[in-house]
Amino acid sequence: MSLRSPLGRVRGLGSAKSGLSHWRWQRITALALIPLGLWFVYILLELMNADHAQVVAFFRSPCPAALAIGLVVALFYHMKLGLQVVVEDYVHGHVAQVALQVALRLGTALGALLALVSILKLSLGSA
Amino acid sequence: MTSRPLSPHLQVYRWQLPMAMSIFHRMTGVALAVGSLVLLYWLVAAASGPEAYARAQGLLGSVVAKLLLAGWTWAFFYHLCNGVRHLFWDAGKGFEIKRAYASGYAVIGCSFVLTALVWACVFAQSGGAR
Repeated sequence: MSLRSPLGRVRGLGSAKSGLSHWRWQRITALALIPLGLWFVYILLELMNADHAQVVAFFRSPCPAALAIGLVVALFYHMKLGLQVVVEDYVHGHVAQVALQVALRLGTALGALLALVSILKLSLGSA
Repeated sequence: MTSRPLSPHLQVYRWQLPMAMSIFHRMTGVALAVGSLVLLYWLVAAASGPEAYARAQGLLGSVVAKLLLAGWTWAFFYHLCNGVRHLFWDAGKGFEIKRAYASGYAVIGCSFVLTALVWACVFAQSGGAR
């Protein structure tokens, strides 16, 4: 006789698997990207004619640097979640599916790291 | 491929606005993922020093780059506005057919107006600087 509750026994056995987590994080990152995305467009307009010194000066202040880091994290995670579903929907064949999903994870992680290191170097570096 | 009956797919439906908008949401999402490579390039160039940054600014100021950036600006605002529409649906609001169409037209309108606004700012600034 099992001491586990009926709910405990079936949990994780449904068709959704980790679907709720995917759905939830897609929405959380989407919510974060509304203000961060609008801020990003505003910054692009501010910096579009800026020289290098002005860009460095911009990232020197803590608030812009922190917001830029938040933007990069939310953006690349949102991108990973979205592209993952596109690959799930349109790529057929097990090998291609797994290969693309792995490439997608490594690619978005690398992109986010490159962006983060660049922001930190601009913000904290001596250049 | 298979002779068993398949569930209805895109080709059997008459095209209608909500369905086209859903497809565009996904297409703009993929386009924006590609566009973020440009953002990445710009950030890495800025972090690499004044020479790399000047090269990036030169490349991004070209006519071809401006056309691409205009396309990405629209994709951004479309995905943003339609994303907000989806968030309302997630909260269970706005599913009535009339309201779904109204919000759809609003999203399309807003995406073009906001894109025009941003590029008006771009041209006003570059006109002032040169």
